[in-house]
Amino acid sequence: MSQRHVLALFTNFDEAGAAIAELRATPIKGFSMDDLVLKSPIEHPDVEAVLGDKPVHVQWYTLVGSILGGLLSFFLISGSQASFFAQLKGGKPIVPLPPNFVLTYEMFILGGVFITVLGFLVCAGLPAKRSPLYSAKVSEDQIGILVKGDESAIAALKAVFARHKALEIQEEAGK
Amino acid sequence: MTKDIREDIAWAKINKDVLKSLEAPRKLYWVIIFIALAMIGVAVGCEIYQYQTGMGVSYKNNSHVWGLYIATFIFWIGMSHSGTLLSAILHLMHADWRKPIYRFAEAMTTFSLMTAGLFVLVHLGRVWMFYYALPYPSERWIWPNFQSPLLWDAMAIFTYLSSSVIFLYVGMIPDLAICRDNIHAGWRKKLYTLLALGWEGTDRQWRSFRITYLTVACFLIPLAVSVHSIVASDFAMSQQPGWHITSFPPYFVAGALYSGCAAIITLFIILRYVFKFEEYMTLPILKKTARLTFAISMVWTYLNLIEFASVWYGHDQASKDVLIYKATGHYAPFWWGMMFCGSIVPLTLAFKRFQTNIPVLFVVSILLNVGMWLERWMIVAPTFANGYYPWTWDHDQWPSFVQWGIVFGSFGWFALLFMVFCKVFPSVSMYEVKEMVYHRSQASKKNGLATKGAH
Repeated sequence: MSQRHVLALFTNFDEAGAAIAELRATPIKGFSMDDLVLKSPIEHPDVEAVLGDKPVHVQWYTLVGSILGGLLSFFLISGSQASFFAQLKGGKPIVPLPPNFVLTYEMFILGGVFITVLGFLVCAGLPAKRSPLYSAKVSEDQIGILVKGDESAIAALKAVFARHKALEIQEEAGK
Repeated sequence: MTKDIREDIAWAKINKDVLKSLEAPRKLYWVIIFIALAMIGVAVGCEIYQYQTGMGVSYKNNSHVWGLYIATFIFWIGMSHSGTLLSAILHLMHADWRKPIYRFAEAMTTFSLMTAGLFVLVHLGRVWMFYYALPYPSERWIWPNFQSPLLWDAMAIFTYLSSSVIFLYVGMIPDLAICRDNIHAGWRKKLYTLLALGWEGTDRQWRSFRITYLTVACFLIPLAVSVHSIVASDFAMSQQPGWHITSFPPYFVAGALYSGCAAIITLFIILRYVFKFEEYMTLPILKKTARLTFAISMVWTYLNLIEFASVWYGHDQASKDVLIYKATGHYAPFWWGMMFCGSIVPLTLAFKRFQTNIPVLFVVSILLNVGMWLERWMIVAPTFANGYYPWTWDHDQWPSFVQWGIVFGSFGWFALLFMVFCKVFPSVSMYEVKEMVYHRSQASKKNGLATKGAH
């Protein structure tokens, strides 16, 4: 069965939240909560309570980036210093740890920042193509709920949105 | 006057007001751009003259090898710390009054670092030899000295600059999407579409955004501290009298935050007028910034006194001589000027009536930065003029017009970059101001003081 997208716009988070809660409570054949996307002009603190916990993995990228950056720096510097092994060092270490720590620290941060941003792009799905339905009002002052469902579920979805005072409901055929 | 921002501002109005700043600033904007270009012209002329004639025209010599260029380099590095303070430190402390003003502070960070970088090139003289500073081995496979604070400096500044640019850009993505959705077709729309990366404000995007912003903010704080500590190490790790002082790194960091805060007040006042941001850059926020600056000025004064005390009681006669020379020698007017501008002038900020007086704050903030520039000059020059060995003393050296011209022009360069940024990108964070308004109106509702607002 072909699938369609529906976008409902709301004036505030309370109404959008209530609509999502009803969609969660009322099983609609041909629609899954995984196919619901909430769009908002700000990050709402209660969104997670409404949508349920969805893990974010950006911090794993941070961890890997920091460790790799630090290790890369330390071994590059130590490797280059090791090429002096034949020279007289006057009893000083070939690989002096305290000064190397400074550059390792800088690269730890640099690696962490770069890979965190890479993680952000991957986890947020950016760069992205425009959704099938998009309203510029979402970046201004309205809250949008974009759902995807079978053709048979569309009427029920629209009814839920209408019950919760959706300002506008847009519908478009899915791919 | 008590609220940082009105709670009943409609979100659509926030978009409209900020987007308007991208189109029609007051005439003063173009006056600033013209003056900035003229200042850059002076610097470019001086640099061409120095480049073609040789470094001798700057009147730098064997004693005074660093001169105004390195003093100003430190000044601009210091200036860059304001963005980190407002964006990262206050973000972690949940001080939401920073929201309308942190974006331009972040831009200040980026452009200050770019300006500082120019001074490394100018100081080198032989600009085409810049690649010598990069860490790669020579033809004899000898690597640069990884134990030198100068190399740490290059690495720290590169890390800070790239992280600051990333922090500025990532924090701007939701606003770039707003610009993309509202600006009419043209090069700007194409630019915003490209930079917004297809942002739509989905819950998935916001969740990842929040973690990323927080993480990069956490990285930036130790990074900013390390950058200026390393710049301080350029001095403190040497054996020169007046520089070999344990308190130099925290002293440099405090000085950096101080000059950054003072610059934020100056630019706050200019942007508020030029872009008609009176509703967002409010007097209560200015008051908080003034108080913050006052607190940091007192920390800086304390660290200054610590430095004098440790030199005075440290039994290092050469260092003591440099300190006496600063206070009584050729540089005495500038040293006392530094003390006056850095420690006496900020006392003005302790008075409530001046904390929201825009003309007074404008003059005070500029004087504070004059003091902070003098501080950097007074770190660099007197030690070179009155070092360990009397035969290296050179008390009569005075920087040439070439050095002064390039220093003067650097302010124009910074102003140009900054003002162009504010005209092309939103200098007030729209989504964060909306969050601020939303949270405050919710808090008021809870307290039964609901005001009529859009949300």
